[in-house]
Amino acid sequence: MISRHLHCSAQAAIPTRTHVLETSEQQASTHQRPISVIRKIRESLISRERTAVEITEGYLAKLQEREPHIRSFLHISAEKALLDAEEIDKLLSEGGGGELGLLAGVPLGVKDNLCTRDMPSTGGSQILKGYCPPYDATAVCKLREAGAVLVGKTNMDEFGMGSSTESSAYQVTSNPWDLSRVPGGSSGGSAAAVAAGQCAGALGSDTGGSIRQPASFCGIVGLKPSYGRVSRFGLMAYASSLDVVGCLGASVLDTAILLQVIAGHDKNDSTSSLEEVPDYAAQLLPVEGLSSKPLAGVKFGLIKETMDEEGVEEDVASAVKAAALHLQELGASVTEVSLPMFSLGLPAYYVLAPSEASSNLARYDGVRFGPRAHGEEVMSMFGNSRAEGFGPEVKRRILMGTYALSAGYYDAFYKRSQQVRTLIQRDFKAALQDVDVLLSPVAPSAAYKIGEKLDNPLSMYLGDLMTVNVNLAGLPSLVVPCGIAKGGTCGLPVGLQMIGPAFGEEVLLRLGHIFEQTLPMNFNAPLLTS
Amino acid sequence: MAMVSSRCFALALGAAAATLAGRWRPRSSARLPLLLPRCVQSEVRISNQKHARDGRGLPRRVLSKESQSSSSVVADNGLEYEAVIGIETHVQLGTATKAFCSCPSQYGAEPNAHVCPVCMGLPGALPVLNDKVVEYGVKLALALHSEIALTSKFDRKQYFYPDLPKGYQISQYDVPIASKGFIDVDLPVEFGGGHRCFGITRVHMEEDAGKLVHAGGERLSGSSSSQVDLNRAGVPLLEVVSEPEMRTGLEAAEYAAELQRLVRYLGISNGNMQEGSMRCDVNVSVRPKGRPQFGTKVEIKNMNSFSAMQRAIDFEIDRQVTLENEGLGHQIKQETRLWEEGSQRTISMRSKEGLADYRYFPEPDLPEVTLTQDYVDATQATLPELPNAKRRRYESLGLSMQDVLVLANDSDVAAFFDEVVGKGTDVKQAANWIMGDLSAWLKNEKLAITETKLTPAALAELIDLIKDGTISGKIGKEILPELLQNGVSAREAIEAKGLSQISDAAVIESMVDAIIAENPKQVAAYRGGKTKLQGFFVGQVMKVSSGRVNPALLNKILLSKLNC
Repeated sequence: MISRHLHCSAQAAIPTRTHVLETSEQQASTHQRPISVIRKIRESLISRERTAVEITEGYLAKLQEREPHIRSFLHISAEKALLDAEEIDKLLSEGGGGELGLLAGVPLGVKDNLCTRDMPSTGGSQILKGYCPPYDATAVCKLREAGAVLVGKTNMDEFGMGSSTESSAYQVTSNPWDLSRVPGGSSGGSAAAVAAGQCAGALGSDTGGSIRQPASFCGIVGLKPSYGRVSRFGLMAYASSLDVVGCLGASVLDTAILLQVIAGHDKNDSTSSLEEVPDYAAQLLPVEGLSSKPLAGVKFGLIKETMDEEGVEEDVASAVKAAALHLQELGASVTEVSLPMFSLGLPAYYVLAPSEASSNLARYDGVRFGPRAHGEEVMSMFGNSRAEGFGPEVKRRILMGTYALSAGYYDAFYKRSQQVRTLIQRDFKAALQDVDVLLSPVAPSAAYKIGEKLDNPLSMYLGDLMTVNVNLAGLPSLVVPCGIAKGGTCGLPVGLQMIGPAFGEEVLLRLGHIFEQTLPMNFNAPLLTS
Repeated sequence: MAMVSSRCFALALGAAAATLAGRWRPRSSARLPLLLPRCVQSEVRISNQKHARDGRGLPRRVLSKESQSSSSVVADNGLEYEAVIGIETHVQLGTATKAFCSCPSQYGAEPNAHVCPVCMGLPGALPVLNDKVVEYGVKLALALHSEIALTSKFDRKQYFYPDLPKGYQISQYDVPIASKGFIDVDLPVEFGGGHRCFGITRVHMEEDAGKLVHAGGERLSGSSSSQVDLNRAGVPLLEVVSEPEMRTGLEAAEYAAELQRLVRYLGISNGNMQEGSMRCDVNVSVRPKGRPQFGTKVEIKNMNSFSAMQRAIDFEIDRQVTLENEGLGHQIKQETRLWEEGSQRTISMRSKEGLADYRYFPEPDLPEVTLTQDYVDATQATLPELPNAKRRRYESLGLSMQDVLVLANDSDVAAFFDEVVGKGTDVKQAANWIMGDLSAWLKNEKLAITETKLTPAALAELIDLIKDGTISGKIGKEILPELLQNGVSAREAIEAKGLSQISDAAVIESMVDAIIAENPKQVAAYRGGKTKLQGFFVGQVMKVSSGRVNPALLNKILLSKLNC
């Protein structure tokens, strides 16, 4: 059914970024401003240029065509997606265009740790193999209410624990820029799928950088909202006090629209904020209408500690410096800002997150859902089910967390880390009183080779250095592609991290939009034709 | 929220499931490492012990061989031992819904009928605190005169067990909603009476676990398979921890009974021990009298009545003292023992040595519980008169302690009594009617006082009609069932049956005249000296008047007629 339409719609379904990228220099000379894929779909639906079914078929065709190379999806829901698209077309043909949701007919991917009632939800873990939740996560529910067409569940590091998506129990996802490299993680499936044009946008989750780092690795936009901005209900908990649901898109406007839909208080999540949800897209105006210095008066602070670190690769540092220069050209001021406690964030994170994880993952015991292993008595049944069900990285973190919370160790580890967390929050708060937005790289490097860090968990953890502090502080952060590093056949993307005050997503999106629209570079993953 | 299929989650483990029973089974929380300051009432307790000893030799409620109601035991080696008893009570709250989800919180439904992703601990589900749980917690805290924490928090208590869906219980650890309270207890008169005040260490909110149903056995041990029923998972509990200030099984049982009275007066729980709505875990140790250090404590579970509690504790004290006496004190192990109703003894269930590590940490899914003083004050204003205050008031009305304890035992009975007395009725008469004929009838009909049609006003009227001579006490007793069953007023009942007393002298005279005329022989005999025959004439008049004649007036008229 899908293949019937492959030829006629596959190319046309991708409204942007379909040309082959050869070199970054060439890219600059053929600059196309990133456009909102979501808005384009909406426009073509309203103008009746295309039907929702055609759009979905186009995406599904591309998804299927590229999936063997990228392996970004754990579950593809083609039939249901087409049925949902038909519903949108029906609504349109009945003249209900005015009631079209913000995401009507937009094919989206959903990270596999978000519960979906009509698709399996495994969290990338063997321990939930075949598990179909009886309910939709609130964020998923909101996508559906806005008319989104959910095409499938994206691959991820098991329960979000990992930075390369190699910890998935099911498959390794490739980076669309270089199939021998990782897409980042843990939302690597979502990032790779968006970068490869397999869907128009995707939901991810971010506990220590899991949206931002893969967005940077795959050359797309990733938004980690403030803690509490989006309901966590239905998100399989990794570290409850750090987890946020966020979005990945081809442009800042796309992530703004996605956030618009999923943000807001939820009575099912006591930690979701009552803070009002502004109209995020309203201020993302076409760049043509802006003055030559649209960022005049805006103060950026480049976090010194993220640039001085020996571990930051030169290409990444220079891409971020170039981005800072570009912001200055747009009229903004960029100063260097020091966050003295910065380096304490990573160790604190690797105490707090595993501690909470050890508790959150206790429910996977083989009693009520998931595969149950045999045991001679109930405790060995628990043990065997968990031994067989969890992968090595998850086990490592459960062990670390269990240790940190044990009697006699609690004060030295958990309590001390909470104190560090408070200090880090204060650092950010103080810095954000002097500047509007903080800047930093997203990760020390661009995408690395599959398998490169698999045997060295510590070096993998070090890669989270620039992102975990933002989770500890609960702040919003937007990642926008800003440069190209050496590597692969035609370079590897590097993202710029913009960190704002709590519930300051509106500012981040507005500044990020201007940056993205004015940066004379394209970030299109090389077309996969092999 | 989606309901999940209502089946049990079967755990087919084979016969080897046995080993689980030998492991810890945490239901009550372990004693906290931090010792909260003792309440001021502990002083009172020490001086009260004398009263308890004075009670020795008085009749005991339970006169089994093991029974031990005095506060100290003289062992054969001449050492005088005393028991130290502390109680952890779980009170299941009568909220409409569970603590952290909107499932009904009811007892006795089909297994797994009241479950949802939250109380089943499904991936991604989050708890949302039921405000009623906090309200009830504050009410009990106030009733226990505790210090209320305006900011408290929830923590996770972690352990693996098949009936614990999340692998942790949401509870309160280092910052409970209330601490440092006390409870006033009046011991039964038949045990020598006396007043006690026991310290309350803390009150905290938590959720219950589910229930395991074992095939082929009462316990996981030895059963071929087990099933999990999660109806009870997430039901709200208040755990009340006492100071170790009780010294006898009787004191412990009365402490628990008073706690039950409190939760019932407050309307926050039915306090039913048989259904498990109120569960007491008792810690018992013994020590030579005068020694400040505690002995090794043993936890006793599985007592489903106050009398079972008393017997279990007295058995356990006796067992421990006997071991000490035999020089086998080292055999008293820190363990959990089960009370076996059948054999009337405690049996070892599992060792508590090597304390379980629950790895408590703050529950990140729930914000802190913050209360305003205004809220606490407003809640205080809604509290009813509580049992101890009621007992003190009844005492001041001049009622005997026996009557006081009976009337104040049940808040409905007390409320009824208060209303009757509120009509200006004689206090002693009101108490007698309620504790006598009324409660006998209720017991016979198996009804509660709130289930009859008798209003307090009707009982007050009945008592008044007897007092003013409209009817006799005997007639009053006769018409009571009419009042109870049909809800008529006493006056209506009397009039409908023509039962009002005849106090009209002229009417009585004519009746007497008629009887004298009808019985000339007896009149002659009386006048001849057989004055005992007066009773015969009274009987005759009562017979024709259906007992309605005012007896005093009748005697007066009769004598004047016969003696003329």
